[in-house]
Amino acid sequence: MDPALLVLQTINGLQLGLLLFLVASGLTLVFGILDFVNLAHGALYMLGAFICASFTIALDNFLLAILIALPLTAFAGFVIERLVARNLYQRDHLDQVLATFGLILVIDTCVHIFWGPAGMAVPLPDWMEGQVRITEDIVLPTYRLLIIFTGLVTAALLYWLVNRTRLGMLIRAGASNRRMVGALGIDIQTLFTFVFALGAMLAGLAGMLISPITEASIGMGNNIIITAFVVIIVGGIGSMKGAFIGAMLIGLIDTLGRSFLDSIFALFMSTAAAETSAPAVSAMLIYIIMAVVLVLRPQGLFPPKVR
Amino acid sequence: MKKTVATLLAATILSSPAFAETVKIGFVTTLTTGGAVIGNDMKNAVDLAMEHLGGMAGDTQLEVIYGDDQFSPEAGKQVTDKLVKQDNVDFVAGYIWSNVLLASLNSVVNEDTFLISANAGPSQIAGVLCNENFFSTSWQNDQTPMAMGEVLNQLGVKSLYVMAPNYAAGNDMVAGVERTFQGEILGKDLTKWGADAQLDFSAELAKAKASGAEGLFVFYPGAAGGAFIRQYDQLGLSETLPLYSVFTVDALSLPRLQDAGFEAVLGSRTTQEWDPTLDNEANKRFVADFKAKYGGYPSYYGAQAYDAIMLIASAVEAVGGNMDDMDAVRAALKAADFDSVRGDFRFGNNHMPIQDFYLREVVIDDDGVWTTKVVQTVFEDHQDIYAEQCKM
Repeated sequence: MDPALLVLQTINGLQLGLLLFLVASGLTLVFGILDFVNLAHGALYMLGAFICASFTIALDNFLLAILIALPLTAFAGFVIERLVARNLYQRDHLDQVLATFGLILVIDTCVHIFWGPAGMAVPLPDWMEGQVRITEDIVLPTYRLLIIFTGLVTAALLYWLVNRTRLGMLIRAGASNRRMVGALGIDIQTLFTFVFALGAMLAGLAGMLISPITEASIGMGNNIIITAFVVIIVGGIGSMKGAFIGAMLIGLIDTLGRSFLDSIFALFMSTAAAETSAPAVSAMLIYIIMAVVLVLRPQGLFPPKVR
Repeated sequence: MKKTVATLLAATILSSPAFAETVKIGFVTTLTTGGAVIGNDMKNAVDLAMEHLGGMAGDTQLEVIYGDDQFSPEAGKQVTDKLVKQDNVDFVAGYIWSNVLLASLNSVVNEDTFLISANAGPSQIAGVLCNENFFSTSWQNDQTPMAMGEVLNQLGVKSLYVMAPNYAAGNDMVAGVERTFQGEILGKDLTKWGADAQLDFSAELAKAKASGAEGLFVFYPGAAGGAFIRQYDQLGLSETLPLYSVFTVDALSLPRLQDAGFEAVLGSRTTQEWDPTLDNEANKRFVADFKAKYGGYPSYYGAQAYDAIMLIASAVEAVGGNMDDMDAVRAALKAADFDSVRGDFRFGNNHMPIQDFYLREVVIDDDGVWTTKVVQTVFEDHQDIYAEQCKM
């Protein structure tokens, strides 16, 4: 196995993991604290991408567009919380799944009407378009390194917010026992709205970061939301640490599986058989991991301490 | 009351002619999800074809009913069943995706209804599964990549890395380029496809680069195409690993790439059976009116959809709207007596077109719009290789 390729694919895996973390952190916050299954989380990811794409093309400035799009996505989360989610907290999970699935269809169609079916390509400033040459064989697109940097900074900020601030204390308390938090006189409604909007903003940020790579397209969120659920199930629902480690794990397993599974399979079966079976198995790999975790540790790898 | 109803009923029976006045065409394409960009182009072309026909095939009224396959074989089969059984359509046309077409084929052809594929051309339907009620106005999947393989030989490319989505057409495309390309294939990646398709190709591109191949062959239709080209460029591969693609750089991705000021795609080459610059009357009218109506170039998806409607109209007109005589309609379809936008058009024994394939290059037109033009004819009157497996 080529060591340079291994390093390269590990970095690619970390980049995918950090994007997954941005989506999964919002999902785990909302699911863990509000006990609310939000399938439409992926729709917010898409919405972030489209809003950012429009501003990037209008202002010709990607960074400025992100700064404008972040509060707008948070606002979209705020509106959804007020109009839809709030009425469903007391209902059971199936109702929430149905309602938020409907929300996906509504948001997808709104995007279709407003931005058209074609999707949008997002131009980057010139200094982000190039590559960074680490060694002769290890060349990485600058932009992917920037995603890693942004992901790590966001993860650090979230860690600080959740573990070092009063607000974070309330969030953690809410994840452990929200009835008790309410009984202690905390305005739980406002806390919920804030958490929901924060989750929306994180999902939106992930969408904004990925759109210069994959373009903004309708339904882009449906792809990542399933993987994000795998992440939080593996990591432990409601746990920020679990979301981070789970995301890294899933990102690495997925990328390395796609890269090396066919060569590994070719060791003990014919090349043709390896070529056909490897893509199928690598697509299943993260679900196999999830199944194994569910059997051995149903609460996830790093569940929140008190539940 | 009873009497009135009976009178009305009698009147209806008496006034209706021997055959239906309106011939219904079901058109199945992708109208939601990321694939909607293709479906929208096809729908626009069908609407334009209906406008050019004045909604009539001779003296017979035509009606188009659209169906959305949602980019999935299950939903595609469902909407096909609905069109055939509930709407009683006489033709089902469309189908972007080979896997959707394969899932839907029997729901149409076994119900004495004609199926006209306007895009998908899976090898199975060209060969062992060929059916007398199936016709195509596109191509068999292998043909376009076979033309690209031939171009690669002419360019003297010695080794290739291959990437395609993992579904019926992806497999055919890979088989096609492998069939004609005489150099060595150094590696191959088949990526996840469908409504939750993989759009981030970092791992695969890293492998392609490490393989040391002289060229990269890809097939990424629709939204995935633009995404792929962006990532290919972000890695700075154009110097070391030139890109040779089919169904990836097209009239759907070019406007988005132009909006984003993405100039690396200019000059890139791809093979195709049709191009907006093809010099024939039908094509000139189609392209000019399409641009006037929708403000942009049609893609080959649109061209094939336009041809599908024109083929149906020619057959309906030839039989005077009498859809009861299936054999006569079939013979009229087989005759392909219509002005195709690609010029000459005839069917092989398996009802796949026998046609020319061109090499196209991305250029800037006189109005500053990014489009393609023909630089070379690669194959003349090319027939797919599965035709001999078809007992028809």
